[in-house]
Amino acid sequence: MSPNEQIRQYPLAYETALEPAAEWAELRATCPVATITVPDGSQAKLLTRYDDVRQMLADPRFTRKDLDGGTGNAQEAATTSAAADTSEPPFSVPRHGEDHQRWRRMVGKWFTAKRMAALRPQMTAIADQLLDEMTGRGSSGDLKAHFAFPLPVYVICGMLGVPAEDRDRFSYWSDNFLNLTRYSAQERQTAVGELVAYMSGHIAAKRAEPTDDLLSTLIEESSGEGEALTDAELLGTGIGLLVAGHETTANMIGKMVAMLLADRTRWERLLENPSLVRSTVEEALRFDANGGFGLRRFLTEDVEIGGEVLPNGTTVVCAMAAANRDETAFENAAQMDLARTPNPHLAFGAGPHSCLGQALARTELQVALEVLLRRLPSLELDIPATDLERLEGLLVGGLSEVPVRW
Amino acid sequence: MKITVDEEKCCGAGQCVLIAPEVFDQRDEDGIVVVLEPEPPHDQHALTREAAAVCPAAAIQVHDTP
Repeated sequence: MSPNEQIRQYPLAYETALEPAAEWAELRATCPVATITVPDGSQAKLLTRYDDVRQMLADPRFTRKDLDGGTGNAQEAATTSAAADTSEPPFSVPRHGEDHQRWRRMVGKWFTAKRMAALRPQMTAIADQLLDEMTGRGSSGDLKAHFAFPLPVYVICGMLGVPAEDRDRFSYWSDNFLNLTRYSAQERQTAVGELVAYMSGHIAAKRAEPTDDLLSTLIEESSGEGEALTDAELLGTGIGLLVAGHETTANMIGKMVAMLLADRTRWERLLENPSLVRSTVEEALRFDANGGFGLRRFLTEDVEIGGEVLPNGTTVVCAMAAANRDETAFENAAQMDLARTPNPHLAFGAGPHSCLGQALARTELQVALEVLLRRLPSLELDIPATDLERLEGLLVGGLSEVPVRW
Repeated sequence: MKITVDEEKCCGAGQCVLIAPEVFDQRDEDGIVVVLEPEPPHDQHALTREAAAVCPAAAIQVHDTP
């Protein structure tokens, strides 16, 4: 059977947590449009080449036909698991064309580089406090549980004006949204109901007593003339940002540190030259082989991609992590080069639907790395890198733990 | 060097501002790109090219001038 006729199970198999799937190189070289079966049993086409993935993601004609509830991976989450079980979810965000652009611009101003720079001191203080607590407990521990996970949660909770004390509940709901395999349909439906009820209550409270946060401002803008978000859009925005701003960055902090410590000369190079932090964050995003499911696109007309015409009605899965290792787009793609510039990786997607929160994620990753380098220069992995375990079934990709000592 | 931007394409990612804050900014109202230096000085050329190269919406064009 030729590679083009074979139907592969997706996600593909990996041998170790930080290394790419063996099939990526083969697929890019010989089968750029592969047929796959995804966990729900349906078939889709998988793109693994940089140019194809970028072209598909940037094409404004295509998103998901049933996208509801969020942005980026959160959108994926809501459709692939939770929202698939409810015929009409009470939350949504505009997905196409002008409505999407209008929504994006209303919300996008909260995520500008300047606003993120203004949040930096606050993020640094949170990171320092988390490390105080972690190092107070001994000289080794799980960096993910004590640092990588709580940091983005505190930050997004602050932006949404929700109490950080509720973070354990957010973690559960978020995991439920983003996990393809762990939860039953009943559990997913319950979690969606709980999160909708929670966020509805939160929005009602903000409506009654606005404060200086993103949701209060959106409510205020929506009550005026002209541009307005519906209640379902407001709910979709709150839920989408909570889910998207949480597990994605948390897992990426853990993966970034693990990649840098897996070959500790990388860590040492950063200690000597902290000005490499910015390009290192970009390279970690590019080099991350454990990037999760990828983004889906639903074709609403025939389109030629990778030399093949894909018919209207096809679901396409864009493997950004595979594209980011494409030798035709990145010189020495298999090498982690902390000074790589420019680095046009696709970890946040591309085009009109590229991740809304990418400046937030970048800033958090930079702050996390700066604070770790300053506070824990002796940091090293507490287990062999090959023993790190992937989180299975999670749409966004991550490690189950990042055991370190310092 | 001259820079032009396509505001319609801009997705507000803010990469250009993070990389070349002396050349690019974002509007407070909607996060859309603003060019501060349409003809950036020489010492900003490398960063400007990098910002254009990584723009996820390919909204920044760099034109070389003699």
